[in-house]
Amino acid sequence: MNNTTENYLVGIFDDEDILLHSVEGIREKGVKIHEVYTPFPVHGLDEVLGYTRSRLPIAAFLFGITGTILALTMQIWMLGFDWPMIIGGKNYVSLPPFIPVTFELTVLLSALGMVATFFIVSDMKPYKKPRSYDIRSTDDKHVMAIDLAANKLSKDDISRILKDNGASEVNEKNF
Amino acid sequence: MQATSTLRESLITGGKTVRDVSEDISRQVEGKPTRLWWMAMGISLVFLMFGVYCLTTVLWEGIGMWGLNKTVGWAWDITNFVWWVGIGHAGTLISAILLLFRQKWRMSINRAAEAMTIFAVICAATFPLVHMGRLWLGFYWVLPLPNTWGSLWANFNSPLLWDVFAITTYFIVSLVFWYIGLIPDFAVIRDRAIRMGNNTRATIYNALSFGWDGAAKTWMRYESVALILAGLSTPLVLSVHTIVSFDFATSVVPGWHTTIFPPYFVAGAIFSGFAMVLTLLIVTRKVFKLEDYITIYHIELMNIVIIITGSIVGIAYITEFFVAWYAQVPAEYYAFYNRATGPYWWAYWSMMTCNVISPQLFWFKKIRTNIVSTFVLSIIVNIGMWFERFVIIVTSIHRDYLPSSWAMFYPTMYDVGEYLLTFGFFFTAFFLFAKFFPVINMAEVKSIIKSTSERKH
Repeated sequence: MNNTTENYLVGIFDDEDILLHSVEGIREKGVKIHEVYTPFPVHGLDEVLGYTRSRLPIAAFLFGITGTILALTMQIWMLGFDWPMIIGGKNYVSLPPFIPVTFELTVLLSALGMVATFFIVSDMKPYKKPRSYDIRSTDDKHVMAIDLAANKLSKDDISRILKDNGASEVNEKNF
Repeated sequence: MQATSTLRESLITGGKTVRDVSEDISRQVEGKPTRLWWMAMGISLVFLMFGVYCLTTVLWEGIGMWGLNKTVGWAWDITNFVWWVGIGHAGTLISAILLLFRQKWRMSINRAAEAMTIFAVICAATFPLVHMGRLWLGFYWVLPLPNTWGSLWANFNSPLLWDVFAITTYFIVSLVFWYIGLIPDFAVIRDRAIRMGNNTRATIYNALSFGWDGAAKTWMRYESVALILAGLSTPLVLSVHTIVSFDFATSVVPGWHTTIFPPYFVAGAIFSGFAMVLTLLIVTRKVFKLEDYITIYHIELMNIVIIITGSIVGIAYITEFFVAWYAQVPAEYYAFYNRATGPYWWAYWSMMTCNVISPQLFWFKKIRTNIVSTFVLSIIVNIGMWFERFVIIVTSIHRDYLPSSWAMFYPTMYDVGEYLLTFGFFFTAFFLFAKFFPVINMAEVKSIIKSTSERKH
């Protein structure tokens, strides 16, 4: 066992609307929330938790534009310069027939690059053992984890604030 | 605070709670397969084995085992290819286009429809691959790989090569989209396994879920990824069947050389895809007792899509005929005259009956909300769509410009065998999916349970 234990207070919420209001209430009281774990995406939760918008769309765009450039360069170089051939009496390099492959490679690289980025930034991998604050968080409960070391308020105060804001249970969890 | 639509019917019936969703969907993954499942699997495997025999023979002896001749060089293989690719389109339409339009009824059916897409695309890909004859050399013909012919590259002016890129991209992106959707649901099964003390299952499903924890931050990124994948898949799915139609439209064969092909093929693809989704889901909801999640309302909505796309396809058929007459090009005129009255008249009229007349029955509410009639009509539609591709492909080339080379096409056992191979594979894969993966997207259904379930809080 590791000597340095981390102590968390875990609030359980039954309903996503109560959760949304309580996050606001709890943050107003000056409690720092470590993270909230929900069984399904709760819309607006990222805003009340104060998360900035994901930059994954930018990653998708950059990977996409890489695909476009790669596909065009490949086709123009191969058919126009490396081994030019007359096909149907057309120019060696004519853009219209290159559009389908360019489009497909743009989509392919954009999708694969973005998903890979998502796995990396979210630290998701097949052999990862996730920390479970409450096993019911993938079933039907919304679970709020509060790191006691990061908060100045006492455990009892935070526990009371959680209960006042609609938590149906408050538990302790040490790692 | 609760928002319940008064205009629309409930999407989830039976007063389900969030808890019930996990329970109902995970149950079939956790339990032992039923006898019915083993029987269905057995039948699929028999088809698969017969298909593997035919395929091996074709690969060993060459594609002369098929009924092709000098005139009809494309027949069942390309018909089946287009048919399967078309079926795949419904999955992407449901998961991507309906997501962009915020259609919540997609949520109960998107998982199974996407699985269908992936298996259908694999089935489709086998036909052009085998048709290349020497499969082991095919990679040099279709991919721009450096080779020993002095790097003679693939021809990027050819629609057949565009097809390679389109189908490959479509397959990979659909697979990724489907898998991303599965990740949170694998985590549900993992956590249930931990609670039941089943360590093996917990380890497997944890690996499958990539260690998913459901953190708000991860969900935020996840939703962003899903939205962009939907945005990418939407033009992608339209491009795929457009490019498939280019295989024909860019040639100069009468009956193929038409600008109407891309939209006509896309509509036909969605039409046949929805029919296949209905065929599969009507069985799945019965076998896994999912009547509360895939309701009559879902079936009705899918039938409405079938009426719309079926009517588009019908208009396309009529337009083709009108233009063939109006343009007064003899070869084109004859191609269409031959379709309707020539030796393949029966294929043409089967297509017209199945695709144009039969879906119009869905205008009657009694018919489109009835399980039996929907099931029967969904199969009829797919028979019709198979004939559509057969009619376009075979009747156009069996009598082209040179009457001395006119011929008929007769399939051999090996043509039939390879078609059965894909059926065997498709259903084997679908039954495996339905047993080991959650067939309904639990996370998405849970998110709408409050607003659309019948349960009053």
